[in-house]
Amino acid sequence: MTASALLTAPGPAAPPVRLGRTRLYARRFARNRGALVGVVLLAGLVLFATFGSVLTRWSWSQSDFLALTRPPTTAHPFGTNQGGNDVLAECVHGLQRSLVIAACVSVLTMVIAAVVGAGAAYLGGRIERVSLAVIHFLLVVPSFLILALVSNRVAGDWRVLIVVLTVFGWMLNARVIWSVSTSLRERDYVRTAEFMGVARWRIVLRHIVPHLGALLIVNTTLGIDNTVLSETALSFLGFGVKPPDVSLGSLLADGASSISSAPWLFGYPSLLLVVLTVSVMLIGDGLRDALDPTSSSGGRG
Amino acid sequence: MTEPVLSVRDLRVTFPSERGPVEAVRGIDFDVRPGRTLALVGESGSGKSATAISLIGLQPPNARVSGEVLLRGRQLVGLDDRRLSAVRGRQIGMVFQDPLSALTPIYSVGRQVADAVRVHSKLTREQAWDRAVELLDLVGIPQPRARAQEFPHQFSGGMRQRVVIALAIANDPDVIVADEPTTALDVTVQAQILDVLEVAKQQTGAGIVLITHDLGVVAGHADEVAVMYAGRIVEHAPVGELYAAPAMPYTLGLLGSVPTPDARRGQPLVPIEGEPPSPLERPAGCPFSVRCPLAVEACRETEPDLAEVAAGHLTACLRAPEVTGRRPVEIFPRAELPDPGRDGDGETVLRVRGLGRTFPVTRGAVLRRRVGTLRAVSDVSFEIRAGETFCLVGESGSGKTTTLLEILGLRAPESGAVEVLGVDVAAIPSPDRARELRRAVQIVMQDPQGSLDPRLPVFELLAEPLRAAGYGAGPTRDRVRESLELVGLPPDSLDRFPTAFSGGQRQRLAIARAITTRPRLLALDEPVSALDVSVQASVLNLLARVKVELGLAYLVVAHDLAVVRHIADRIAVMYLGHVVEVGPAEALFATPRHPYTQALLSAVPIPDPVRERGRERIVLAGEQPSATDLPPGCVFADRCPLRPSLTDDLQHRCRVERPRLRPAADGTDVACHAA
Repeated sequence: MTASALLTAPGPAAPPVRLGRTRLYARRFARNRGALVGVVLLAGLVLFATFGSVLTRWSWSQSDFLALTRPPTTAHPFGTNQGGNDVLAECVHGLQRSLVIAACVSVLTMVIAAVVGAGAAYLGGRIERVSLAVIHFLLVVPSFLILALVSNRVAGDWRVLIVVLTVFGWMLNARVIWSVSTSLRERDYVRTAEFMGVARWRIVLRHIVPHLGALLIVNTTLGIDNTVLSETALSFLGFGVKPPDVSLGSLLADGASSISSAPWLFGYPSLLLVVLTVSVMLIGDGLRDALDPTSSSGGRG
Repeated sequence: MTEPVLSVRDLRVTFPSERGPVEAVRGIDFDVRPGRTLALVGESGSGKSATAISLIGLQPPNARVSGEVLLRGRQLVGLDDRRLSAVRGRQIGMVFQDPLSALTPIYSVGRQVADAVRVHSKLTREQAWDRAVELLDLVGIPQPRARAQEFPHQFSGGMRQRVVIALAIANDPDVIVADEPTTALDVTVQAQILDVLEVAKQQTGAGIVLITHDLGVVAGHADEVAVMYAGRIVEHAPVGELYAAPAMPYTLGLLGSVPTPDARRGQPLVPIEGEPPSPLERPAGCPFSVRCPLAVEACRETEPDLAEVAAGHLTACLRAPEVTGRRPVEIFPRAELPDPGRDGDGETVLRVRGLGRTFPVTRGAVLRRRVGTLRAVSDVSFEIRAGETFCLVGESGSGKTTTLLEILGLRAPESGAVEVLGVDVAAIPSPDRARELRRAVQIVMQDPQGSLDPRLPVFELLAEPLRAAGYGAGPTRDRVRESLELVGLPPDSLDRFPTAFSGGQRQRLAIARAITTRPRLLALDEPVSALDVSVQASVLNLLARVKVELGLAYLVVAHDLAVVRHIADRIAVMYLGHVVEVGPAEALFATPRHPYTQALLSAVPIPDPVRERGRERIVLAGEQPSATDLPPGCVFADRCPLRPSLTDDLQHRCRVERPRLRPAADGTDVACHAA
């Protein structure tokens, strides 16, 4: 009596009443108000980061020496900082940096985590023990400290920051994926594939990783949040993106020192950061409900 | 007639779903009288389980229930949870299918039964405990006072189900709702549990609602039967009347498609075409009309109501007069099976010699230490020739599946030897040869839902073994199409996902996948036990046809002797990792020689109330023990019904000397000192 039971008349089977998987998920996702709000907010932020520079005639690296530390005016809608840089232009650029870093890192960490976690779980034996040992070792290492030291050394190139954040960011997901995959490897279709003589790496890629799909999508989305926060935290402490380049974190660091005298320096970047994390969080929650067949909050009509 | 304790009138249950509301139950009526058993019989999706849960108000919160459920005249539908809780367990007892999840793992069983007593009465803790021990004794738990202290995981499946029954009768209920109470149990244990349920009925005088799909169980234990189809009762009659003179084609078809242990071999089962309709896509008119060979225009227009065809016999069928008194084969088209030819004269495709497999039993979470050895399989030998169907039969824990997996692994076994097509798998000469052997041995698993990756379209699924065997794109495409045609599925199935198919069709897909490489040996692990009865028959017939057309040999693992009856050429009966009897199917069914085979055959319920109630049954005591400590003598000695009648000398021999397979009459080998 579940919705998946289907009518099949004798003779040529009737066309399936199957809702395409994508459409089904889309429908469940769309039912979630918060998630839709999240999508709108995130779309707005991406548009802002991409095309926001048309809102001001100043570029983020330009200085307007006639307007130092000015509150928002028509010429500088978000005001200027101590060096006369247009805060709007800086915000656009910083948001862009932060978004690119976050997206790259969360996709990369998820790919590494999926391959290591699912591979370890399926292949078992020594490979599993070694991978788990590495994961557990990296988990207990105070990675933030190491991050800070390493990224300080390599002096604020945002591409290096991507690599560093990835290297120290994949373990927790890999651990989660490993534990989910250990139950997947017991599935009948995995055993059948083994008996058919399908190569082991093929089984991992064809039969195990796709089943982690929902988990991967949700964790990638929520991973964006995490990365934005680590990146801003590092940059805030001065270990991440460094001047002259800017990111949301370095803007926050600049603004924090003058929060009482020039609140706009801190206010606008932090507003962007809050909107970004909240929107991603809402989308992640919505995805989780839509993709999880057991969740009741996905709603049933 | 006594007053009914439970009356159901126009009960409807609707679940919301993504594709609109699903009407699981569409207006059913029945009465349950004290001390009588009403069986609700139906296949999956017929609404029988939805009926059960809505009787006791345990439906999910988003379900809509309407109509009347009158318990001694009191309306239960619409009561809030608090009021219903006072009824549940006190006036209505429940027995569910899975006894493991029905018991809380962290409390002792005695405490759980005592709690059930105390919820609805004012007994002290000690009194409740005494009552719990009494109840456990009543349901046949040995040393109830000691075992009450134990926890559910220390009980076997059958013992757990006894505890669940004790819980159900703890407060002397008026009605017991038993939802598939024996489906999760082995057949020899099923017989015990059904007897316990009978005791419970006598003890409490309760009326029982027995929900099941098994027409054999119904024949032996119900007084009245209501057959459900597509959310409605389509036939309602006293048990004898229903089996003797079914008036609805569906009931007749069900009776014709049930494999029986005493049927003749090679006699094709009478399948009902098609599958039960989904609750979302019910055809107009009678829901059975699309599968019914007798359907006329009027059947497709209006859904008939239940009408009396004889005293107490109601049927919802326009053509009931034409159905009554006819046999299934006269109405349903008989499947034509090709002549199986002579058995067992082909070349040997599989030879197993002295196969053994043990598993270490470990204890401790941090420091794993080995505390024992589980001998899953000890010394199993057999041969399968081309064109032959060889069945390994046994209950869970008998080692039959382990044997199958050891063979399919195509690796050197722990002990003994496995030869496929004359090649010893311990010493495969070359990688090419290994690939060839893989291609020659394929598997069909029990549950097609699990064995087909739901994320791949059918073409990819069917192509997988071919790709693994190194076929190119062109031949792969041809083979996939050919196989799909062989199992009778339309070619447009290739682009769909497995979820778009019903259970029977999925099993056809699994068979199609297994035969794409044109294997020589097909291993079938319980090939039909996950399917509905009406669908089983057509899959069994398909297997019989494919075997002849492709000249396959089958290695079937099954627990159901009735199913095996219809396909097997030779049968090996396994108990605790040992083959206790092996021989031609004919001989084994005609004169089972090992006492375990006799008991196993006797435990299979026959779907005919006259024969089922009239026959002498051998009900084995206890359950198959764990294979960690095998006795030095016969592994079956503890449960052997024959042993008490033996001479002391022989009894001693059973204890100390393990019997070996030795030839008896008719080509059968038996491992028993007394046979």
